[in-house]
Parts: sequence; C-alpha cells; structure tokens
Amino acid sequence: MRIAHEIVERNKGVENLILVGIQKRGVPLAERLVVAIEQFEGARVPVGAIDITLYRDDLQMISQVPIVGETAIKNDITGRVIILVDDVLFTGRTVRAALDELIDFGRPSAIQLAVLVDRGHREFPIRADFVGKNVPTSSNETVEVLLTEIDGEEQVVLGEVVEEEQTPPERKGVDMPAKAKKKVAKKSVCGPKAKKTKKGCGKKK
Amino acid sequence: MPFNRKHLLGLEELAAEEITTILDTADTFKEISERPIKKVPALRGKTIANVFYENSTRTRISFELAEKRLSADTVSFSKTGSSVSKGETLRDTVENIRAMKVDMVVMRHGSSGAHRFLANFLDASIVNAGDGQHEHPTQGLLDMMTMRQHLGHLGGRNVTIIGDIMHSRVARSNIWGLTKVGAKVTVCGPSTMMPAEIESLGEGGVTVEYDIRKAIAGADAINILRIQLERQKARLFPSMREYFEVFGVTPEVLESAPEHCIVMHPGPMNRGVEIAQEVADGDRAVILEQVTNGVAVRMAVLFLVAGGSFESGTPE
Repeated sequence: MRIAHEIVERNKGVENLILVGIQKRGVPLAERLVVAIEQFEGARVPVGAIDITLYRDDLQMISQVPIVGETAIKNDITGRVIILVDDVLFTGRTVRAALDELIDFGRPSAIQLAVLVDRGHREFPIRADFVGKNVPTSSNETVEVLLTEIDGEEQVVLGEVVEEEQTPPERKGVDMPAKAKKKVAKKSVCGPKAKKTKKGCGKKK
Repeated sequence: MPFNRKHLLGLEELAAEEITTILDTADTFKEISERPIKKVPALRGKTIANVFYENSTRTRISFELAEKRLSADTVSFSKTGSSVSKGETLRDTVENIRAMKVDMVVMRHGSSGAHRFLANFLDASIVNAGDGQHEHPTQGLLDMMTMRQHLGHLGGRNVTIIGDIMHSRVARSNIWGLTKVGAKVTVCGPSTMMPAEIESLGEGGVTVEYDIRKAIAGADAINILRIQLERQKARLFPSMREYFEVFGVTPEVLESAPEHCIVMHPGPMNRGVEIAQEVADGDRAVILEQVTNGVAVRMAVLFLVAGGSFESGTPE
C-alpha cells in the first residue's frame, strides 16, 4: 500500500510510530497498514482504536444516540508519533474530536492523518498528511467506504442524498464523518436520482 | 435496539434489547475509568441533581463519579440538612430544584413509585437510584453486567438470589432484568421474607427454594442480599445467628454450587450474617468488580437517557 510506504518515508522509520484507527472503518484500515508496514519494514507498529462518539460536537443535536465502539489505546502515547487513520475525510469534525480525545491520553510528539478518501468540504482547518485518493464531491453526495472486515466487500460507494428515500441523509451524522483509505476509480458519476452508484472497486496497492 | 427513553424508572418496563443496549454501552464505558484522564465531554453543559432521601454511600458516589466522568455538572442533596426536614413535600422540593434548570434528577426515595409520580409532571429526566421496595435498576444492571462478563452470556444461566426477597428492590430489579434476557432465577430465603405470589414475578416467573443448598446447586451466580434491619418493622427471624446458621453463605454451603459459580453482594455486607468472612474475601467473590462496573453502568444510563429523542419512551 502506497500510504504505508509514505508513512515510513515521512517518519524515517517506524520506531516511534503508533497507528490509531478511528471507529469504525478506520480500525481495519489501520490494521492493514500495520500489516503492510511489517511486510517491508519487518517491524510491527503498535495499533490502537479510538471511538470519538463521546467527543462529538453534535451529541446534543442528533436524535439517536449512536452505539459507542471500543477505544483501546494500550501504549503510552506521550512522545510518540501518532498516525490517525480513517476512511473518509469530509468536514474534519471527526478528526477534531479524535485529536481532542487523543490529547486526553497523553502528549504525542506529533499527530499525522492518513485517510483513504478525501472528499473535500472541510469545515475546520484540518488536512490529511496521507491520502489514498482525492475525490471531488458535491456536498449533497455521500461517500461510503465498504471494507471486507466490516461489510464483507471492498468498494467505495458514491451516492446522492435523496430526500425521503432510504439513502439516509442522517447517515453522515450518525456514523462518524471522516473516513479514509481505499482507491476510487473516479469516473462513473452517479446520476441525480441514483441513490447509490457503485464506484470502482477499491484495491489497495 | 435504540434506547429512546427519557427516564429510567425500573427494569420492568424495559425490553430485553434495551437492557442489552445499556450493558453493551457500559462495557465500552468501563475503559474510560482506566484512562489517564478519566473524563469524556459527552454530557458537558448538562446539570444533574442527585437527590437522596435515603442514606447511600456506594450508589451515590458511583452516580457522582459517573456524572463527573461524563463532564456533567452536579449538585447533591440529602434529606438531612435540607428543606425536607422543614416539611417540604417531595413535589415541591423537586420542582424547586427543577426551577433552577437542572436537566436530570437522580433520586433515591423510601417510597415505592416516587419516581413514577415525579415523571408525570417533571420535564427533567429521572433516573431511579432506588425507590422503596420497588426497584433499584442500576444495581440490577450492574449485577447483570458483572454476570455477563464472567459467564459470557445470560440466556439460560441460573442465578440464585438469597435473602430478604420481600424488602429488596435489588431482588426485584434482578428478577425483572435477568428473566427478560432469558436467565433462570431461583429465590431463597426465610418464608417470612418471601412475598406472596413471588413465583409469578418477572418474565416467566421464578423458582422458590427454601433449602439454601438445593437453591444453589446448579447456580452460575449467587446474589446475596443484605439483611436490611432498618426496613424490618417486625422481626422476621429469631436472631442474626440463626439466620446465619440457616441462610448464611459459608464455604461449606458453597460446596453445593458448581465450581465456576460466582458470588455477588450489592453491599454493604453484614459479614457473619448473610455472608461468611471467608466467602466475602474468597476467590469466587466478585463484589468489588460489581462496584467498578457500577460506575460504567451509571455512565451508560446517564448517557443514553440524556441523548436520544423521547417520543417513544416517555411513560404516560
């Protein structure tokens, strides 16, 4: 995977790294990165998981309390370089919540962000250090990453929010927003009425 | 299943899926108390009043810690040293607290149904921290959480509750919660402390057994209730010593239970009355784990009750 190489290159090695996946789809992505790094570096980087639900800025606004996933950061993160991993980077609000939560665990020497898909429309001054694919989108589209570990299939789905259809507009609100990492063959644009159009199958390289 | 209730008044009114949602949430919240900074901002800006009309150490501290770890602001209030001793009614007291813009009220009260009464007119969320002889839902939930951690799942498991079933709100919440998720409950205690028609309590009823050894044979968990001397107007058994002889859980009695059976107690313990010293400090006792889990369960309850839309869950 290209991102794995970039992470190692940027940090000149792996000694000080800890990968932290953001629930839910950032977690298997972080684990894949660890495996990839191990293949060519021969060293296993510690990996953790973080659930940002309790740090969301819209907890009081959403109608349904989301299920809180596991947060497991086993290592002391103080002085380490943290690579936050998520599937889609969108408004940046998830990343902001993750940064706040991480800082409650210690004082990392740096935090870098790796995402599979950057779809734009940032609402905060946040950018990714490692991007699998930039996918320009309009704000009423949805980008959904499906992973074998969670969804049983590998693809990135570009959809359009359709009023009162089952493509859930609140989905972005309920799941955590940002996500990162596969590859989108960015071409077939979904028609305005299409609820979900399968985009290219993600393949990691 | 989503949790949509505004109040937590008891386990009787919850569906099995709602109980499971609370337990699952509590499992993830347990980790927060292990963090270097034991605090998450989930309830920032919410104000919670802890109103305790009865004495409490564990439950009250547990609720307060849960509230603080979720970043809520809290005020606490107890019967002594407050306007209650000047004769103010429950309704007036709570409405006055509410007038100061409190979002949630955690209350313990000596009268069964006090919470239900308040829920009818108060627009704040109410969490029951024990009402009379009715229910103590968060204790029931933390007992279930502890059993689930040790036994893996609760469906089909055998749980024996020993002691003063009649006066125990812990027993009632345990019976409702456990039977709803498919566990089998056996109750055991002096016949003077066994309420009428206990057999039909809970979902599908419970088994009554007066011989403690028979009651715990085949049990996966034993929950020993405290003998609540303060709740007994009439002496229902001849002496503490006699109670210990017949219903006290001793190492010898425990030999009748399977090897893996865990021993629980909601506290505070009367050592040498309902539980022997050796058992309370023994390998099978998970009593302090219950206390740890209590904070996580209460965090989960407060979080779930504070969030969500209330259309479907508001009683009456």
